Amino acid sequence: MAANPMSQFDVYRIGPEIKVGAFDISFTNASLFMILSTLSILLIFNLGSKKNSVLPNKIQLLAELSYTFVSKMISDTAGSKAKPYFAFIFSLFMFVLFCNMFGMIPYTFTVTSHIIVTFVLASFIFIGVTVIGFIKHGFGYLKLFVPSGVPAVLLPLIVVIEIISYLSRPISLSVRLFANMMAGHTMMKVFGGFVISLGIVGGWLPLSFSVALTGLEILVAFLQAYVFAILTCIYLNDALNLHH
Amino acid sequence: MVKKIYFQSIFFSFFFNKEAFAAESGGMPQLNPEFWISQIFWLILTFGVMYLVLSKLILPKISNNLESRKSQILENIEAAEKQREDSDTKLKEYEEIISKSKLEANSIFNQTREKVLKDISAKRDVLDKQIDDEIAEAEKEINTLRKNAPDKINKIAIETSSELLQKLIGTEVNKSSISAIVDDLSKRNGDKYYGN
Repeated sequence: MAANPMSQFDVYRIGPEIKVGAFDISFTNASLFMILSTLSILLIFNLGSKKNSVLPNKIQLLAELSYTFVSKMISDTAGSKAKPYFAFIFSLFMFVLFCNMFGMIPYTFTVTSHIIVTFVLASFIFIGVTVIGFIKHGFGYLKLFVPSGVPAVLLPLIVVIEIISYLSRPISLSVRLFANMMAGHTMMKVFGGFVISLGIVGGWLPLSFSVALTGLEILVAFLQAYVFAILTCIYLNDALNLHH
Repeated sequence: MVKKIYFQSIFFSFFFNKEAFAAESGGMPQLNPEFWISQIFWLILTFGVMYLVLSKLILPKISNNLESRKSQILENIEAAEKQREDSDTKLKEYEEIISKSKLEANSIFNQTREKVLKDISAKRDVLDKQIDDEIAEAEKEINTLRKNAPDKINKIAIETSSELLQKLIGTEVNKSSISAIVDDLSKRNGDKYYGN
């Protein structure tokens, strides 16, 4: 298992096989880490919101700083109209961040390194944003595909490009997160394998690489969660405030 | 040499890894759809529960905490500002009282000084008058004394000279002639003796 850098992404069943109709919804290691992530989020934020002291303790400070961080991010990118979606974007950011960070612990499973997970999240965002756009602007939302100030000759081409770029949003959003997670973890595994195979004599160089990569990957874990959330905000901004 | 072995071993180990990877499974486990439904199900379940709990229970509490802290801080700032204003007005009042009392003290001081000066001058006037009176009286006395003095001296001179003459020549001399001489002398030489 340790030799294959891709085996860390294997999903396997924990406990018995559970089937609903034709669908297999067995409890897997992926489910375990989803539950761990959500439980730690709920635990931290529950502890952080329990007491309301004027001078916050560490966990309250953590919860309030995260709250203001996400709330500032939303108001900066999507304006005040995006306030009703704050809870969703907050949950999204925290979920992706915690899944990424749990993946940084050795021998854990990274939920966000699976394309299906990120794709479900991204398509939910895509569908949600599109529905919000049509509810807010009716068919006027289609003006999103017709940028102003474009010469009439170029317009058909531009509209096609805009539609393709709009439709590829869920793919780019999901693949960005998934590919970053997978590549980073694979690279760490490969360098870890080098440490073992080169032994005590030559293993120091890949070991130092591994240490540096761990730092980089923690940064990437945060950054990708941030990018995921901020792109959601930008898409939401398109739907709420039609700029074109 | 050591360097060469080192990089060779890195290269070979990568080769090994690749071999093992190629041998063990047919690519990325992510593309194996066996557990896709399970992952979707558990994702929706966990994320949905987390979203509900966060949005209904926890986030309102945090926002409430932040709001209440903000309002509390604002209230405290307001109270502090009000207290500062109060203390400013108090300070002004205090300064006013101080300046007023200074003025009052000054005026009281001036008044008393004037009064004391007046008293002193009045008393001095009285004393001056008394002194003047006494001086005048004394001068009068001196004048009477001085006026009477030549007569007495003349008398003494007449008596003394008559007795002297009697002793010297043994006969009584007519007192009236002696007194005439003395009067004449005193009239002539009075200035020299009495300073008149």
